[in-house]
Amino acid sequence: MKSSVATPPYTLNHPRWYRKRVSTYWWLLRWEYLRFVLREISSVFVAWFVVLTIVQIYAVSRGPDAYAEFQDFLKNPFVLALNVISFFFVVFHSITWFNLSARAMAIRIGGKRVPGFLISGPNFAAWLVISALIAWLLLRE
Amino acid sequence: MDAQPTKLRIEPLLWLLFSAGGGVAAFFIPIHLFILGIAAPLGLTKATDYASATAFLAFPIVRFYLFVLCSLPLFHAAHRIRYTLYDGLQIKHLNEVIAACCYGGAVLGTVIAGYLLWSFQ
Amino acid sequence: MADTIKLEISRYSPETDAAPHFQSFEVPFRRDWVVLDALNYIKDKQDGSLTYRWSCRMGICGSCGMLVNGEPKLTCATFLADYAPASIRVEPLRNFPIVRDLVIAMNDFMRKFQKMKPWLIRKEEKPVSEGEYLQTPEQLDAYKQFSMCINCMLCYAACPVYGLDPLFAGPAAIALAQRYNLDSRDQGAKDRFPVLSQHDAIWGCTFVGECTRVCPKHVDPAGAIQQYKLTAALDWVKSVVMPWGGK
Repeated sequence: MKSSVATPPYTLNHPRWYRKRVSTYWWLLRWEYLRFVLREISSVFVAWFVVLTIVQIYAVSRGPDAYAEFQDFLKNPFVLALNVISFFFVVFHSITWFNLSARAMAIRIGGKRVPGFLISGPNFAAWLVISALIAWLLLRE
Repeated sequence: MDAQPTKLRIEPLLWLLFSAGGGVAAFFIPIHLFILGIAAPLGLTKATDYASATAFLAFPIVRFYLFVLCSLPLFHAAHRIRYTLYDGLQIKHLNEVIAACCYGGAVLGTVIAGYLLWSFQ
Repeated sequence: MADTIKLEISRYSPETDAAPHFQSFEVPFRRDWVVLDALNYIKDKQDGSLTYRWSCRMGICGSCGMLVNGEPKLTCATFLADYAPASIRVEPLRNFPIVRDLVIAMNDFMRKFQKMKPWLIRKEEKPVSEGEYLQTPEQLDAYKQFSMCINCMLCYAACPVYGLDPLFAGPAAIALAQRYNLDSRDQGAKDRFPVLSQHDAIWGCTFVGECTRVCPKHVDPAGAIQQYKLTAALDWVKSVVMPWGGK
């Protein structure tokens, strides 16, 4: 691309354009950009949860002692703090995901586009039902 | 004009995995993380004990569920981390390396999860 | 309320300046004035060398887009009263090369528009004697939102991906391609597919969503891009499941 070449000096028929390089910290300069980057960073905590789950399965497969060790590991204050932070990020992911997916889908009924809240609304409802169901399955006596 | 032959591209597959993983993560992960990582260690709810954990894992459907819960969100995370590194740090020249590490990590995690769940007694 | 308001305007003269700098102007504060009125006042009464683009003053021509306090805005629809008594910063649109003062170079943008083949493509034109291509209100509604674009480039100024990767096709161009893809009279979706399915087109977008937020015509380019990603992904699935299916 020509555009990456250093700007030549000004001449009458060759205007000298001023190009500004995007700052490395562009995502800190505006709240909207920061919110976007936080949304993307939520995926790191999603990955952390998966790692935790894999370690848990591994612990179970190795026997009761390994599993008890894993549960002690979860009680470590640093791990607990990390999990609290992760929880906020994954909830942030869920909320933004349902809101954005309503915009990514153009569902038409009778020639009219279904408004976004009619798509995100049922998603939020399903999220609550699924969460309640999982909690019941895991916590029932 | 870009008259490239319409070959099979990888982007649609990566995007489908990203979207599926994002959906799975949005619906299922918060409650799991809350119970496993916060409520149980703090004693707010009972922790799943070893006997019930093995009982759960004895069901093939639970193992399949856990496999999906691990693999798809990993591809979701790999996709987002890749783009965030690429845009946030402006390291476009490392594109291939970043992509290989991110998706490679997701594949590795999927294989590990699959192996553990498959070989579970 | 004060009867004047301060404007800090980005100035750049390619003949003398190495980089843009801000210059302050004091203009009368009037409730019914927009930023563009203030710029016109400055050019008429204070500094005739101030350079900027404008035409219709009513949000249709799309030429007066600038950054107002860092936010991409049509200056003809941005009232001074919304910022007074604080001063207002006016800068040229972000992510574009600056030609002079508030004027940016739009060559790249125009090139990207052209690439999308933004016209009705027919396999066979029917003769004029057979009449026009008819369209129902429902068929019009399918693409109408995307046809409202006035090419003001605010979405390009809002898009961090375009700023970071100048090869990215950008919000308005992809929305425009969708405008024709979804038009019942058009048969060119397959011609646009190779351009749209590049990494530099739809797959470069990370759904920041800023383009949609700043759009003065509620075109929702971010929605258009995600919707096309879904279309392209389903196409891909179809071509994997049924490789023999005619393309």
